[in-house]
Amino acid sequence: MTLTVEALSVRFGSTPILRDVGGLRAQPGELTALIGPNGAGKSTLLRSIAGIERYSGQVSLDETLLDSFDIAERARHVYYLPQDSGTRAALSVFEAVLLARRTTHVSDRRHDLQRVRHTLQSLELEAYAERDLGQLSGGQRQRVAIAQAVVREPRVLMLDEPTSALDLHHQLQVLEWLVAMARERNMIVVIAIHDLSLAARFSRHMWLMGNGGRVQAVGTPREVLTEARLREVYAIHAHVDWPADEPPRVTPLSATRSLGGTSSWQNF
Amino acid sequence: MTAAPAVDTDTSIDRYLARRRKHYWLLAVTALLTCLSLLADISIGPGQYSIGEVLGAIAAPESAPRALSVIVWEIRLPVALMAIVVGMSLAGAGAEMQTILNNPLADPFTLGVSAAASFGAALAIVMGVAIFPGAEELLTTLNAFIMAMAASMLIWLVSRLRGVSVQTMVLMGIALMFFFNAMLGILQYIASAESLQQLIFWSLGSLSRASWPKVGIAALALVVTLPIFFYAGWRLTALRMGDLQARALGVNVPRLRLVILLCSSLLAATAVAFVGTVGFIGLVGPHIARMLVGEDQRIFLPMSALTGALLMSLTSIASKTLIPGVLLPIGIITALIGLPFFVSLILRSRREVWG
Repeated sequence: MTLTVEALSVRFGSTPILRDVGGLRAQPGELTALIGPNGAGKSTLLRSIAGIERYSGQVSLDETLLDSFDIAERARHVYYLPQDSGTRAALSVFEAVLLARRTTHVSDRRHDLQRVRHTLQSLELEAYAERDLGQLSGGQRQRVAIAQAVVREPRVLMLDEPTSALDLHHQLQVLEWLVAMARERNMIVVIAIHDLSLAARFSRHMWLMGNGGRVQAVGTPREVLTEARLREVYAIHAHVDWPADEPPRVTPLSATRSLGGTSSWQNF
Repeated sequence: MTAAPAVDTDTSIDRYLARRRKHYWLLAVTALLTCLSLLADISIGPGQYSIGEVLGAIAAPESAPRALSVIVWEIRLPVALMAIVVGMSLAGAGAEMQTILNNPLADPFTLGVSAAASFGAALAIVMGVAIFPGAEELLTTLNAFIMAMAASMLIWLVSRLRGVSVQTMVLMGIALMFFFNAMLGILQYIASAESLQQLIFWSLGSLSRASWPKVGIAALALVVTLPIFFYAGWRLTALRMGDLQARALGVNVPRLRLVILLCSSLLAATAVAFVGTVGFIGLVGPHIARMLVGEDQRIFLPMSALTGALLMSLTSIASKTLIPGVLLPIGIITALIGLPFFVSLILRSRREVWG
């Protein structure tokens, strides 16, 4: 089972957001990291794959074009977790995660309840199961949203900056857990993420998007993350280290050009 | 021999199931209170009859005294049942309007549906204008209904424009409310003294115009729309996760919003057309339900409807008993007594559910 994206284009009105995005592959059992600067179209790409955004081009799972599914069916195979998700609806954590699991079933099936509990346990959320969503911190809400995504057991799971509100412990914990889960359940997991060190450490495959909604590079982290490319795409000077006995490190040193021209402070 | 696995007795599953049981108990208690209130509503009135006599007249109308039987069957029962039906309609409509518009202030009143209905009624009362000619007897009701539906269709049409958010829909509803109130003002200005009085009486809200056919029609609106709400229950709960996440969960959000907006407008329009503009029930019913059982639609919807029914039935009782011998307009009671109660509730709970 392979997720492939070819010749994908998206425009909002007359503004092109993604231009001829192609050559993207994601394999089950491993984490694929989607990286790129702000406005490169990462969220739009993930939403297009999920079928939330209108696009032209082909998104397929093995030989099946995802367009052949209706909304509900596609959502069963492919789940997209939006950025900044997590509401304050008057639901308990358990109810919210069960909601994502049970879909249109009216009654609760024992099997679903057990899956919910198991997911809550593995995300260190069972202690909060009776809390209302409104009583949680931002990071806890984000982990509930991740639990909602995972409990559905989709074939393709796409997470849009799933660690943006998490502390360091939970960033590592969630990413380690996603890697393990992708392997165990042979799931395709794509995450959009800004932290390049974490991306290099946890992913086996990378998609790098650049400004103008184009793919800049695909490959292993070592192939994609070169200092020259970071300078070109992110406009930064950076050190990229691949120590033998430690996780890879991407250390940003300076921006190659400041925002708003050369003398932004004087104009301030 | 292997030992039996240790039974986990306090898991999150057990606690969830206990929570659900508690919710069903609350629902049952509310239903019981509503039944008691209905009985009290039927028993109380200017004619002094005991509950036993009234119950006897309901059970066996032939054997009861003729006067009692007529009072109970032709006046009190339709009025008391109308209170229940209208309370359910307004609170059910308010609950789903709040859900699809993601706004705690959304209800038939704030969306202009009630104001539109008032304007339609005023057209009939003041000008004798029938939007839908033919049914002279139901002129006021029909006009009110048609204008209310027109208002909600307008909100929906605006929502179809690209890039219109739910906030814009709510603002559109508020704009409609002011527009129809202004139009109503014009009609009041040119109205004769007699029709002005009639109009004011109508707009204050009254259950006393209830009759069996009207109760039947209002109940029919419930029978048609409530199953649709139940069927869409999972989608509606998912919508409270936000539009984008609901879409990711596989919900066709624009279609859901259209269907539910039309259904809840139908409910509200029917209720307002029969009893006049009764504010507040559509707002407070769902809020109380949300505080008690949360927003899982499987329990939130029936709880909202029952809370609305109970509140409306209590209002009906209060309208007869607050000042002996005087039948107060129910719209005044819901506002004067209900509002302070409601404000104290929200100040006490401070549960923030609108992110």
